[in-house]
Amino acid sequence: MTTTTIDEAVKDTPLVIAGREFRSRLVVGTGKYRSNEEMVRAIEASGAEMVTVAVRRVDLDRTKEEGILYHLDPEKIFILPNTAGCYTAEEAVRYARLARAAGLNDWIKLEVIGDQRTLLPDVAATLEAARILVGEGFKVLAYTNDDVVTALRLEDAGCAAVMPLASPIGSGLGLVNPYYIREIKSRLSVPVIVDAGVGTASDACLTMEQGVDAILMNTAIAEAKDPVRMARAMKLAVQAGRLAYLAGRMPRREVAVPSSPTTGMLD
Amino acid sequence: MTQATIEITLNGETRQVAAGRTVAGLLADLGLHPRLVVVEHNREILDRARYESTEVRAGDTLELVHFVGGG
Repeated sequence: MTTTTIDEAVKDTPLVIAGREFRSRLVVGTGKYRSNEEMVRAIEASGAEMVTVAVRRVDLDRTKEEGILYHLDPEKIFILPNTAGCYTAEEAVRYARLARAAGLNDWIKLEVIGDQRTLLPDVAATLEAARILVGEGFKVLAYTNDDVVTALRLEDAGCAAVMPLASPIGSGLGLVNPYYIREIKSRLSVPVIVDAGVGTASDACLTMEQGVDAILMNTAIAEAKDPVRMARAMKLAVQAGRLAYLAGRMPRREVAVPSSPTTGMLD
Repeated sequence: MTQATIEITLNGETRQVAAGRTVAGLLADLGLHPRLVVVEHNREILDRARYESTEVRAGDTLELVHFVGGG
């Protein structure tokens, strides 16, 4: 007779992106924190093993404003640079090359925005940039719409992961289209990481329950009143949602079914 | 005697810098750690190994970038 401990019975497989293994299925951003100390504590509370960073000009007049690598150790946490703020494929490729020249890794979170109000992606430009960057040997993790056709094209282009949104960046509106996200997950072989739109722990849980591989979030943690507590809530929610997905939920029924035996009742 | 200066565009701003400065010298003047900055010199990424040997010339455009917080 074989016995397994409960911890073994509920053990998950690692998240594998471009051959690299992660135990945590939560990726967090490093923007918008009130202080660097708070950011570092929130990242620790989240359990994330990968964080995103942006590429920007050094502020020459305020040399006290240090780069983020003064606060994060790339030996301990995997740094995923992004192309946030780019509106053309050419611009995104330029930012990606600069990020790689920093010498940490050749991964890029590709983001090409098409509209200022919604910050929705320009999917044609994203695809164009993805093809160029994959050709240059980048591991491309592409932010995209919740559209299965674009997701499939990005996978065909050689992206290491496809990252559809739950809802617009920074909106906190949660998962607006679970069906589209499930469809993307069911059709792709590369990891699907839901990026943007999660507002609170229940959103993260519901998103993971759709079967996606991971979630990337920033504002939901950074803009919480207590980012450290919210980061821990997100860690637990991602774990809970993942476990519930793996466990397989009961069917939905329109009528009640008693949980206790209907026999053995007293006269 | 005043030191000769040249005009360059540095992170989008016009700046006067001492003539004959290398990229490494410029970063040192600005108090920037070379390992934490990426340099784009006239739209070409400059390999770190070339910071010491690359002289900044009048009319050059330099971009100095680094990683900041982002999502």
